[in-house]
Amino acid sequence: MRLQCPICGARDVREFYYQGAAVMLERPDPDAGEAAWDDYLHLRDNPAGEHAELWSHDAGCGAWLKVRRNTATHEVYSAVLTREVKR
Amino acid sequence: MAKLIAKTPLDGMAVLTIGTVSIEEVDLGVLTSVAPYVDQASDAGAALKSAHGMAWPAPNRATGKEGARAIWFGRDMVLLAGPAPDASLATHAALTDQSDAWCAVQVSGAGAEDVLARLVPVDVGFARFKRGHTARTQIQHMNGSVTRVGTDTFVLMVFRSMAGTLLHDLRRAMESVAARG
Repeated sequence: MRLQCPICGARDVREFYYQGAAVMLERPDPDAGEAAWDDYLHLRDNPAGEHAELWSHDAGCGAWLKVRRNTATHEVYSAVLTREVKR
Repeated sequence: MAKLIAKTPLDGMAVLTIGTVSIEEVDLGVLTSVAPYVDQASDAGAALKSAHGMAWPAPNRATGKEGARAIWFGRDMVLLAGPAPDASLATHAALTDQSDAWCAVQVSGAGAEDVLARLVPVDVGFARFKRGHTARTQIQHMNGSVTRVGTDTFVLMVFRSMAGTLLHDLRRAMESVAARG
């Protein structure tokens, strides 16, 4: 699998570190309540199909990427810098 | 204080030639990472240009020439290799002395691309990776920097603590390329 780093270009997946689902970007308000925080911290979907994930380009530019890809077909749809993702 | 003797990471290794490829340790001079403060990248670039005569390199590019290079070194970071950084740079960027942190090796010769093809997961062929191109990538299992400085000449950089591993991996790849003729 190759990921299209917005800074470096298409790179082999071995240069990247996988962090997990991109829900980590959607931090709830401090007073959002127990259920929202429990969901944010512990509950993850396990989709067979399209999935948004966080990858770090550790061996390259060092940027965090939000990657949309298909876990069933391994097709990669997009990769954007997390700092450009609207919160 | 006792008189201390500075050693280079590979301790002044002799030039190693296997087949058509040679490697040697190179002293790049003072190494300084230049990381511009928020929204000051263009000011840092202008300071680099006026103080050291080199353009600020775009991602995956290096500017300057032997003895004074600016090598793109990651997101919002450039490595100034050679001269001590001018004070004007410190106004716009965080400067960190990295002189003793890196091991630099020059790989040269007709088969240099073939040797690197065994170690580096990016295409370093001349069609895609010309003089002045650089990449932060892996060299075998080590995070490092690869820069083409001449037609058949590359400079590789890894952390100083991994100098021996770099030498080992390069030797293995050079022997492998030479054995196939």
